[in-house]
Amino acid sequence: MGAVFTEFPWGVILILLPVTGGILCFLWPQIAKITGLFIVFVVALLVVGLAWQIFNNGVYRHAVGGWGAPLGVDLYADGLSLLMLAITALVGMGVSVYSAAYFKHEQAAQFWPLWLLLLAALNALFLSADIFNVYVTFELMGLAAVALVALAGSREALGAAMRYLLAALLGSLAYLLGVALLYHGFGTVDIALLVERAEPSPVIWAALGLMGAGLLLKTALFPLHFWLPPAHASAPTPVSALLSALVVKASFYILLRLWLEIFDPLVGGAGVEQLLGLLGAAAILWGSVQALRQTRLKLLIAYSTVAQVGYLFLAFPLVAAAGVSAWSAVTYLVLSHALAKAAMFMAAGNLLCFGGHDRITDLDRVVQRLPLTAAAFALAGVSIMGLPPSGGFIGKWLLLEAALMQGRWDLVAVMILGGLLAAGYIFKVLGYAFTQADISHESKAVPASMEWTALLLACGAILLGFLAVPVLSLVGIGDPFGIGEVRP
Amino acid sequence: MIASSLLPGLIIFGLAEERVRLRTVLNLSGALVKLVLVGFVLWGVSQGQQYETRLALLPGLELVLRAGPLSLLFVSLSALLWLVTTVYAIGYLEGSPHRSRFFGFFSLCVTATVGVALSGNLITFLLFYELLTLATYPLVVHRGTEAARHAGLIYLRYTIAGGALLLVATVWLYTLTGTLEFTPQGFLDSVGAEQHTALIIIFTLLIAGFGVKAALVPLHGWLPLAMVAPAPVSALLHAVAVVKAGAFGIVRVVYDVFGVEFAANLGVLGPLAWLAAITIIYGSLRALFQDDLKRRLAFSTISQVSYIVLGTAIAGPIAAIGGVVHLVHQGLMKITLFFCAGNLAETLGIHKISEMNGVGRRMPWTMTAFTVGAFGMIGAPPVAGFVTKWYLGLGALQAGQEWVIIVLAGSSLLNAAYFLPILHRAWFQEPPNTWPKEFDFGRKETAWMLLLPPVITALMALAAGLLAAVAFSPLEWAQFIAEQEFSRP
Repeated sequence: MGAVFTEFPWGVILILLPVTGGILCFLWPQIAKITGLFIVFVVALLVVGLAWQIFNNGVYRHAVGGWGAPLGVDLYADGLSLLMLAITALVGMGVSVYSAAYFKHEQAAQFWPLWLLLLAALNALFLSADIFNVYVTFELMGLAAVALVALAGSREALGAAMRYLLAALLGSLAYLLGVALLYHGFGTVDIALLVERAEPSPVIWAALGLMGAGLLLKTALFPLHFWLPPAHASAPTPVSALLSALVVKASFYILLRLWLEIFDPLVGGAGVEQLLGLLGAAAILWGSVQALRQTRLKLLIAYSTVAQVGYLFLAFPLVAAAGVSAWSAVTYLVLSHALAKAAMFMAAGNLLCFGGHDRITDLDRVVQRLPLTAAAFALAGVSIMGLPPSGGFIGKWLLLEAALMQGRWDLVAVMILGGLLAAGYIFKVLGYAFTQADISHESKAVPASMEWTALLLACGAILLGFLAVPVLSLVGIGDPFGIGEVRP
Repeated sequence: MIASSLLPGLIIFGLAEERVRLRTVLNLSGALVKLVLVGFVLWGVSQGQQYETRLALLPGLELVLRAGPLSLLFVSLSALLWLVTTVYAIGYLEGSPHRSRFFGFFSLCVTATVGVALSGNLITFLLFYELLTLATYPLVVHRGTEAARHAGLIYLRYTIAGGALLLVATVWLYTLTGTLEFTPQGFLDSVGAEQHTALIIIFTLLIAGFGVKAALVPLHGWLPLAMVAPAPVSALLHAVAVVKAGAFGIVRVVYDVFGVEFAANLGVLGPLAWLAAITIIYGSLRALFQDDLKRRLAFSTISQVSYIVLGTAIAGPIAAIGGVVHLVHQGLMKITLFFCAGNLAETLGIHKISEMNGVGRRMPWTMTAFTVGAFGMIGAPPVAGFVTKWYLGLGALQAGQEWVIIVLAGSSLLNAAYFLPILHRAWFQEPPNTWPKEFDFGRKETAWMLLLPPVITALMALAAGLLAAVAFSPLEWAQFIAEQEFSRP
């Protein structure tokens, strides 16, 4: 019995199942909702299976079709991949339940196949062991995501989708050029083999430049974030949640992987980390200030994503003296931001659905009328602001610790300022929610499942604040950061 | 046996969660159960038992709840006053909208306060301290008016910024020492002399962070504005929760993080004492010129809370007793005054001191309670406030800091100057023909749920002064705490 579990190729199924599901949903739209929900839940179970396997056997490596590197396609999963898969499954479940109530008729028929394809792309990306595969998943992910944004059908959504498409394609193209350079230089695209063969050379620098630029564009790091706010704000709510919580993280994940395994040992200490940290700091300030200035709720949340992405990059310059804290912080920020931001977009979607608009100043008395949604927004806000007790707080604590160990007061100041600005924009929304203005618009009922999924995801972000020890020990499996044990 | 006695700390804490769903019965029974539990733990600790709960938060960092003597002093105060305030709030808010929301956050607020009191290390403290900020915000903006929203915004600006300073200081301290556990006489002995500048900055940051809530002078701006909140909230903010949490934080930092001796050697206590003294005088002076009753009380709070800080900063055992015991005394007296102010507003529509002519004849019980509270504030024996001032003064002399006596005397004079005219108006002037807005309570003075709480707290304030030497009195506990801090190992 145990052997079946430990030998089963969980990873392969994790990719194949959503693809199959997507095709099924496309062919039989009438059963799309049921199929989609079923598959997302099965995927979550599969992740649990994979976790079981990794616990017992250590790092998971599977050569699809028995070919193996450098010829075949390899799948690879360590603690970090596992966590990313898990958070994808978790947010995915929430979004699916939400979408089941959100999308009606034709939109639903279009949503489910695309979402399942996106899920397949995300899973494949987190399991990829070679950089060309990553390119393929990028293309799949980009196309599915763009189509999902366009699903809203409004003029602004189409414009935003167009911009998003261009940014995504440009990013992928730059990335592909980098892959080609590496392949030409070292004759392989497998990450593990590249690590062995690569040596400092102009090719490495050129590849880093191209791949880095492509990935930063996809991750929407300041100043390459221009496409993000319109796309995330005008997409249908479940899509916004997916994009902000998961899709942005996917390209960051690849960047992190490539940096840690290939580039850092070769070009580390040459100022690239400092540049990333600087851009991250700029992103925090710029994104937060912009968020504070917005009058529309969804745009505010989208700019908040720009700011939160900045925190992830602050870790790069801090690794030298405090690698353990810095990388744990990044992991934690990724996870808690995924949960909190998904919850926040869903809460915003509920308000939008309820009042028919998302003007912040007219959010009168929602607290009384949609208490669950308001609570979800507030709890998610706590995590975004980095106040205890929440996942965001743990992440920020670790990051601050790293910055102080290294004596980087400038970064400390940026983090604190970012937190204050975040409090500013969150309470800007909550403050209006408590006013006693007259009800100025007709309200529509919001399905209970939409309120509850938002609340549960937000509670997840809070709960993450108490799970640091197990989660961080999980990341240590396979030593993805090359730092030995994650904290003694 | 130790395992079974670990639990109560957690139970006290866990209880409050359920009350978010609040019904009146649930509220009151929760408050009573908490009181009983606190009593039980109090008895246990006096028998020398240990109550502690730990939960791993990060590798190497734990969430610690521990029932030490200082914690218990604060916990018993909040448990006791919470029960009284709950009764009062139920009476006060009768028939007004959003009561369930109000009591939900109200309970959450007390949960956070108890958490602050019981926390056994700085990160736990920080956690509950921020929770307190978040839980009180909805209470401050409860009325939903534009003024309330504005006050809430200011309140948040101050407290969130203060919280950020605390966070930096805490993390910094952690990177220096690798521990954050509260220990009597501090845990910084191992830190080398080359880090002393850093420690001074950390101390400043911590005091600034806590000083926001304790309303030390340049950081007090939010407090008078927050008076837009309903009276039970003001009472809670001033006497039990927010302001006290700040003062308590300062006490904790000086005693259990730095240790009095270490802090004195760093030379940081002198400036702190001066800051407290300035706050005392400034608060009293401003109070003198307020016509709005609640605002006058607010400035009085600013001044009174700094007694606690002053007692801590003088760095002598007797002054320490005065400071710690004032934590309790100020709570009892100030909550009485706020209850009375709320009663005046709810019964007769009186908000301003100039409207208070002859009110003593219309509402004798309320004004008697008010008088007791006011005399306590002035420091007249036998009310509790006298005990505090006595010990503070004695402690200052013992520590060779005579200037403190002048501050104390000046402040007492000022206190008298802003409280006595109120009392004079209330008792000795002719009442007007009509009150601003009188509500009908039949032959009674006002609703019993509004009347009972201030009378009880006034009695307690009297008792704390009269029976100061009896076992289990606040004073005795304070002595016990001070002994622990100052005894040589």
